[in-house]
Amino acid sequence: MTYDAGHYDVIVIGAGHAGCEAALASAKRGAKTLMLTLNLDLVAFMPCNPSIGGPAKGVVVREIDALGGVMGKVIDKTHIQMRMLNTRKGPAVRALRAQADKPLYIQEMKQILENQENLTLRQGMVERLVVEDGEIKGVVTETKAAYSADSVVVTTGTFMRGKVIIGDLEYESGPNNQRPTVSLSEHLEELGIEMVRFKTGTPMRVNSHTIDYSKTEIQPGDEEPRAFSYETTEYIMDQIPCWLTYTNEYTHQIIDENLTLSPMYSGMIKGTGPRYCPSIEDKVVRFHDKPRHQIFLEPEGRNTEEVYVQGLSTSLPEFIQKKMIETVPGLEKAEIMRAGYAIEYDSVVPTQLWPTLETKEIKGLFTAGQINGTSGYEEAAGQGIMAGINAAAKALDIDPLILDRSQAYIGVLIDDLVTKGTNEPYRLLTSRAEFRLMLRHDNADLRLTDIGYELGMITEERYAKFQEKKRLIQEERKRLDGVIIKPDEQVQRIIEQAGGTPLKEAVRSSDLLRRPEMNYEMIEALTAPEKELPADVKEQVEIQTKYSGYIAKALQQIERMKKMDDKKVPDNIDYDAINGLATEAREKLKEVRPLSVGQASRISGVNPSDVSILLVYIEQGKIARVSNE
Amino acid sequence: METDTITAISTPMGEGAIAIVRLSGPDALSISNDLFLGKDLTKVESHTMHYGKIIDPETDEVAEEVMVSIMQAPKTFTREDVVEINCHGGLVSVNRVLEIVLAKGARLAEPGEFTKRAFLNGRIDLSQAEAVMDLIRAKTDRAMNVALKQMDGRLSKLIQSLRQQLLETLAHVEVNIDYPEYDDVEEMSHNLMEEKTQEVLVEVKKLLQTAQQGKILREGLATAIIGRPNVGKSSLMNALVHENKAIVTEIPGTTRDVIEEYVNVRGVPLRLVDTAGIRETEDIVERIGVEKSRQVLKEADLILLVLNYGDELTEEDEKLFEAVRDLDVIVIVNKTDLEQRLDMDTVKQLAQEHPVITTALLHEKGIDELEQAISQVFFEGELDTGDMTYVSNVRHVQLLKQARQALEDALNGMEMDMPIDVVQIDVTRTWEILGEIVGDTVHESLIDQLFSQFCLGK
Repeated sequence: MTYDAGHYDVIVIGAGHAGCEAALASAKRGAKTLMLTLNLDLVAFMPCNPSIGGPAKGVVVREIDALGGVMGKVIDKTHIQMRMLNTRKGPAVRALRAQADKPLYIQEMKQILENQENLTLRQGMVERLVVEDGEIKGVVTETKAAYSADSVVVTTGTFMRGKVIIGDLEYESGPNNQRPTVSLSEHLEELGIEMVRFKTGTPMRVNSHTIDYSKTEIQPGDEEPRAFSYETTEYIMDQIPCWLTYTNEYTHQIIDENLTLSPMYSGMIKGTGPRYCPSIEDKVVRFHDKPRHQIFLEPEGRNTEEVYVQGLSTSLPEFIQKKMIETVPGLEKAEIMRAGYAIEYDSVVPTQLWPTLETKEIKGLFTAGQINGTSGYEEAAGQGIMAGINAAAKALDIDPLILDRSQAYIGVLIDDLVTKGTNEPYRLLTSRAEFRLMLRHDNADLRLTDIGYELGMITEERYAKFQEKKRLIQEERKRLDGVIIKPDEQVQRIIEQAGGTPLKEAVRSSDLLRRPEMNYEMIEALTAPEKELPADVKEQVEIQTKYSGYIAKALQQIERMKKMDDKKVPDNIDYDAINGLATEAREKLKEVRPLSVGQASRISGVNPSDVSILLVYIEQGKIARVSNE
Repeated sequence: METDTITAISTPMGEGAIAIVRLSGPDALSISNDLFLGKDLTKVESHTMHYGKIIDPETDEVAEEVMVSIMQAPKTFTREDVVEINCHGGLVSVNRVLEIVLAKGARLAEPGEFTKRAFLNGRIDLSQAEAVMDLIRAKTDRAMNVALKQMDGRLSKLIQSLRQQLLETLAHVEVNIDYPEYDDVEEMSHNLMEEKTQEVLVEVKKLLQTAQQGKILREGLATAIIGRPNVGKSSLMNALVHENKAIVTEIPGTTRDVIEEYVNVRGVPLRLVDTAGIRETEDIVERIGVEKSRQVLKEADLILLVLNYGDELTEEDEKLFEAVRDLDVIVIVNKTDLEQRLDMDTVKQLAQEHPVITTALLHEKGIDELEQAISQVFFEGELDTGDMTYVSNVRHVQLLKQARQALEDALNGMEMDMPIDVVQIDVTRTWEILGEIVGDTVHESLIDQLFSQFCLGK
């Protein structure tokens, strides 16, 4: 018998990176929110690498922050080092990455959750969902608590029918020996949700005291203070380095000789693994000629001796893992504290979701994070915040939010998932974004803060600051367009020092800034604004001016894309009734049920002529309606 | 409703009295006006027709005399602004006008697209909708088949290999970006990127040249006969025409009387240009002056420069040599039956590497040698057709031109010292454009390439 445990607007199942953002976003939007998790000591736990950010992913963290999410703030307070990557490349691909202090990250996040208004935190395993007439009504836990709700967000990560595999050992388990979620997965299948089996893995952790760091290369953090969040004002300057070492022919020999013991090659693992995160045995087999592979030794925190051995993800038996690391310089005597393992799990085929992350099958049911076939904390958190925003919107009966591909990496991620699906765990890469130049690390706030504010997730104080920044950028750009620089001695000297050719005639200062050798500081020396501008404003002015040609081109493309995205496909469209669609296109359209013609055009297998036919058909419907009236 | 302007030849292919290039879209008027010499088309009344000339923006020369119909939205076939450019019949002139319109920013219409727009803008009623869909399907399939059939297997292979080259370069850039610590590949430098981009650009340019050659094969080598009065230009003309069967004798235009003679010389189609002028005045130099003849010469693919064996070299002759220095020229020293006054050493010196043929046309001497020389210029020079990958489809040519532009933009970006990931935007675009030629635009292949080329991951 169940007991009535009360009503919530939104229930979030799971407290990983997706769950945390979802619950906080929902609560901030004013929805009464309940978060249910297996283990309250492990909210926002990082079961794999101790790092957040990197190319594309780091931009997602900034986007979450601009929308009012917390991942950036939490890592800003709990990292052991930060680095800006790709600093010698263009602004579009610069990316921040932090090494996390795992235990601290958990503590910090838990406190935020505990102190969030409208949010209730509770330990409990959800056994099944309550669904009536294709609509979510609530959840029931294994302790028979029955909660009713308007929206439910499932963020169970790799827990669904999770199975850990090390050598020939296998057992039902979530990551890090936590209990797996079995009945919920079965229940979702019963409800008609299609699942696939994916696989991922993690390397061993070793004791820092047993590492000979003298045989490795130091990888320090940046000296310059860095932060993900636009609100962070305090920086951690006391940083801890990582270390770099390499595998060698002996390591590879051991792997070669013991491949038969690998569950990857024995056929024991059936799930599809990610290509971008291969196990060491995969790397050795696929790239046999490579004499060595990089291994990064990454501390898991300030108050622990555990070190993550990045690069040695494996599911080989424990004794082989031991033999393997003994061949690696610096790790000859390293003691394994936890062995590496592979984990197989169920994930939802993401084309079953609307772009709001609501399932098409069950109204009010949302899924977010690794359950949707992605991998990575940032990808999870990005979906989490969107699912939270939209679950609350559903419950409170307000408009949903869908970010498009030109607005955010989060938009690219979700559009890819729900439009194209994925046949391996999905990772964001900068090359997945067609408007990479627009989706920069530096302009995430300019892209999304207005939206975050409208959602009620950005404070007035922060918003006022943001508007001031925007104003300063606009004014300075306008000013530089107006100021004419004459080729006098000072100007020529500055240009010459920068390695440029002297001016022949007077130019606008903005045009001078566009010269490859010039930067804002030089222009500032020639024509300073009344009051010196903050560094982030200067940076924006420089980037927006220097790349204006490319940005203008991108904006034109975006305009074209938006026009197609604005053409909505009616809910009740019957694809079988449209003559002329190619068979494959018809099947794909029926599966994905795109919301717009633009989304339809991005489905693989739907060709331009199918899109034309779809357009004509939709117009025909409109004409029919008009003539009926 | 639509933001771009489309264009296509909207009369049936083949010989007709007139041919029409139609434009539809918001920029139809401005594009037409841009390349039109005559009234300001943006200011004329709707549904009126105007006489004028089409100017080729690349050369600033008159490409065609035309009548242009201006029809402003909404009372048009597509309910958008529509312009119809009426050209002389035949493929040559109408294709040229189409190319100029495309170069000015119009997009080549997809099959059935005018009809589709007409429908989408509410011009066609409900009962016709099904028919429109059938039309789109049928036309698309047919156009695809035609395009595929037109595509030489060699062309397809070449494009595929160019794409693969670009893809490897792109994957290289991507790996630098997405895996900045991956130390197995050197950082993609501007130099390396420039090298790769240049390689592809050279190939694309070659392909476009073959398109030019293909055009010559179809349309004839524009050939100008020049020389002072009484050197024997008419005799040369007559000799070529009489020796060889004229393919087309006269194409009287509607607004001008140009007579072009088409002759086939040992397999080389020649179009003897502006022969009317030569016939009437016998003296192109005198009539239009050296400066103007320079312009006429620029349009020609081949120049036959005629000198008189019985006269000393004049200043005018030297000016002519000067004018044709960088062009394909055959120097013909005529009237060898007269007493020699011409200094042949000077002539050979002035002719540099161009062939010098001696003839006595009135006595039908030297014609064989001349024809031999013409066919050599065509088949052994730059205009080699032997092992040619042959681009002829207008759409392919258009896409190749876009690819060339994108590659040039990329090189320009490198010149401007733009970061590699910004330069890459144009390289990616090239890869996509070339993909359109071979009908492959799946973006996922870059990610596949990334993971097969490099051993990545943690």
